[in-house]
Amino acid sequence: MKLHLTHVAGLFLSASIAQAQEDPVLTIYTYDSFVTEWGPGPVVEAAFEATCACDLQFVGHGDGAALLARLQLEGARTDADIVLGLDTNLTAAATDTGLFAPHGLTPALDLPIAWDDATFLPYDWGYFAFVSDVSVTAPLNFEDLAQSNLSIVIQDPRSSTPGLGLVLWVKEAYGDRAPEIWEALADNIVTVTPGWSEAYGLFLEGEADAVLSYTTSPAYHLIAEGDGSKTAWAFEEGHYMQIEVAGVLQSSDVPDLARSFMAFMVSPGFQDEIAMTNWMYPAVTPEGGLPDGFETLAVPGSALLLSGPAAREIRDEAITEWRDALSR
Amino acid sequence: MARRPIPLALGLPRWPGAIAAWLVLALTLGTLCIVALRAGTGQWLGPADWAAVRFTVLQAAASSAVSVLVAIPVARALARRRFRGRSLLVTLMGAPFILPVIVAVLGLLAVFGRGGLLNGVLSAIGLPKVSIYGFHGVVLAHVFFNLPLAVRLILQGWLSIPAERFRLVATLDLAPGRFLEWPMLRAVVPGIALAIFLICLTSFAVALILGGGPRATTVELAIYQALRFDFDLAGAARLAVLQFGICAIAAVLAWTVTLPQAQGGGLDRVVQRWDGGRLTKVGDGAVLILTACFLLLPLAMVVTRGLSGLAEMPISIWPAALRSVLVAALSTILCLGLALTLAMRRGGALAGLASTLPLAASGLVIGTGLFLIVHPFTNPARLALAVTALVNATMALPFAYRAIAPELARVEGDYGRLADSLGLRGWARLRWLIFPRLRRPIGFAAGLSAALSMGDLGVITLFATGGQETLPLAMYRLMGAYRMDAAAGVALVLLALSLLAFWLCDRGGRVDD
Repeated sequence: MKLHLTHVAGLFLSASIAQAQEDPVLTIYTYDSFVTEWGPGPVVEAAFEATCACDLQFVGHGDGAALLARLQLEGARTDADIVLGLDTNLTAAATDTGLFAPHGLTPALDLPIAWDDATFLPYDWGYFAFVSDVSVTAPLNFEDLAQSNLSIVIQDPRSSTPGLGLVLWVKEAYGDRAPEIWEALADNIVTVTPGWSEAYGLFLEGEADAVLSYTTSPAYHLIAEGDGSKTAWAFEEGHYMQIEVAGVLQSSDVPDLARSFMAFMVSPGFQDEIAMTNWMYPAVTPEGGLPDGFETLAVPGSALLLSGPAAREIRDEAITEWRDALSR
Repeated sequence: MARRPIPLALGLPRWPGAIAAWLVLALTLGTLCIVALRAGTGQWLGPADWAAVRFTVLQAAASSAVSVLVAIPVARALARRRFRGRSLLVTLMGAPFILPVIVAVLGLLAVFGRGGLLNGVLSAIGLPKVSIYGFHGVVLAHVFFNLPLAVRLILQGWLSIPAERFRLVATLDLAPGRFLEWPMLRAVVPGIALAIFLICLTSFAVALILGGGPRATTVELAIYQALRFDFDLAGAARLAVLQFGICAIAAVLAWTVTLPQAQGGGLDRVVQRWDGGRLTKVGDGAVLILTACFLLLPLAMVVTRGLSGLAEMPISIWPAALRSVLVAALSTILCLGLALTLAMRRGGALAGLASTLPLAASGLVIGTGLFLIVHPFTNPARLALAVTALVNATMALPFAYRAIAPELARVEGDYGRLADSLGLRGWARLRWLIFPRLRRPIGFAAGLSAALSMGDLGVITLFATGGQETLPLAMYRLMGAYRMDAAAGVALVLLALSLLAFWLCDRGGRVDD
């Protein structure tokens, strides 16, 4: 058995060495769910490798925040050529590391807002929203939710990107009234989880009426599971957006290849796959429109978003307000 | 634990123990120094950090106290009753301790949650629902995790009281509780309470989820936030130092209340008890049934939930399972090596320190420190599985050491002089005297470290890349991709593998039972 394993390991090793000698390697750091076999990773890799004469390697590192921490840990010595999966709440901190280079592209994007960041380029986006069963009467806004008996489970803004998105959402929608909103919501919040997966798991197990996720989450249940029982609540205040972006690293040893990937990222080969694999809206709507089922999704009346620097500016204050209100 | 001077074992060298101890110190304190060195200066702890410290200490103290208080009657019942399925019960009861946190939490919630079994029963008989979320929920979950460990370790204390003592006490018409059991408990319980206190000290996801909100912020969550969200290495290092500080205070407290015990040797006869009538039998039965329900119902929920998900698991689960098994095997060998060498060093502050520090260490800080050490030289992903095995071995060391060291001391105390006079030294002494007599604790320690390693999701997340996922990591990634059913299936596989590993090792150690 041991002998066999050594042989197999040897084969893999020699295969990868042979490959490495032929093609340049493009290393992309991303979050875990991007690289799973249902995520966009495998399809995107095959599509790009068909045209680039290169070896594209996705490396998964936790979620968006963990990705940035990883990059900061590695500094300029990082193997990554591209980081894919930061969101706008993290871009200010990412820019400050000085590790990123301009992408140099000006593609036409289908975002609800204008995009002019020279360092980061969006590949998909979505709205944060509470997802519940269709049988639940949806509250109209945060205050309505606070007055109801509905229970929700949310993520911790100190350890998860959706959690941070929610805190910024309330802050952006209510400004100085945010602490008051959180205090009113306190008795609706069943619990707070470290990450999205735990929260969504608790919701599916019936621990809460609703969970903080995305307006696109019901599309997964509808399309992948044929289950139309989930819906997202559309709030009158508008919904905070998550825009997921990628950036090229200054230290990349294949900068031209990296830039050609960035161009590929906003082309149909990448964009057409996003909706059904990452369950978010593609940054460029496919020519044939969105997949069947996406038309059933709740569309918020207005989009809320803080710019990268503004989000960083207000983040600590918003988290402190959240913590103090819920700790009473 | 060892205030009684222990005669030095002449037959065994002490230097391997020193190496093991320094290795563990380097892994725990050394990595912390690396992280601190890399960090700039920052402000000292804020009020939010102190609130986290307060909550952390309170919940850990309460969890530890409840676990031990409940474990004592359970261990006594197990010690004095023989029934069919007893050893199966003992093995199964160990399962919560080795489960990945999220699996255990989902299992607990299926029983105690808003839509769980308990509330189903309560509302069926017209009683109001109870909420698990809050301080009591945190304690409940920690007791669920740690009660089995406390029971196993206290049970070992009971089993180590020689049968001859019970006979003597019965002959003299004395109470065994006062003259045998109380001294034994005074000797073993503080150490066990300390261990559980320290385990709960570094809890993070359990405390947050069941605590119901930011009130339940622990120091470990603050470390996580500092490392992964703020990239504030200085903050993380300060919090880790604080965690070690609390650990040190707790260790001193536990040490001052421990009374060493001198029982003398026995002839390994089966214990026969003369005390207690029907009433204690009923009492023991009730205690065992309640405990079994408390520990096994959530596990049963994990199993039923997982069965439906088995078919949906992707094929990539099996290589991940193989990787997990390999890491667990490697980690077990390392852990046993460390524990045995440390135990053979016998006594000494160094061994005591090395066998306690990992309990208070933050896995994240160790991982980050190792990463900073390794990264300048090679791609950390290449070492992912080896590093995971090493860190898992270190994390399991305190338990392995606590299982092995007292037994080794006893063997050396009882037979050391005889072995010396026979010139039994070095390897021969290990082969003929020590190993055969340590089979039971070594088996237990091996099972525990294998199972702990199997369910661990700590350092691997920092080092591994896509192609190196272990079973717990694969499970998390499935959950992150909406595949909750498949994830439940993986959780079941994980539970089965962990239990199997534990049972195989533990069984191997009890062939003479």
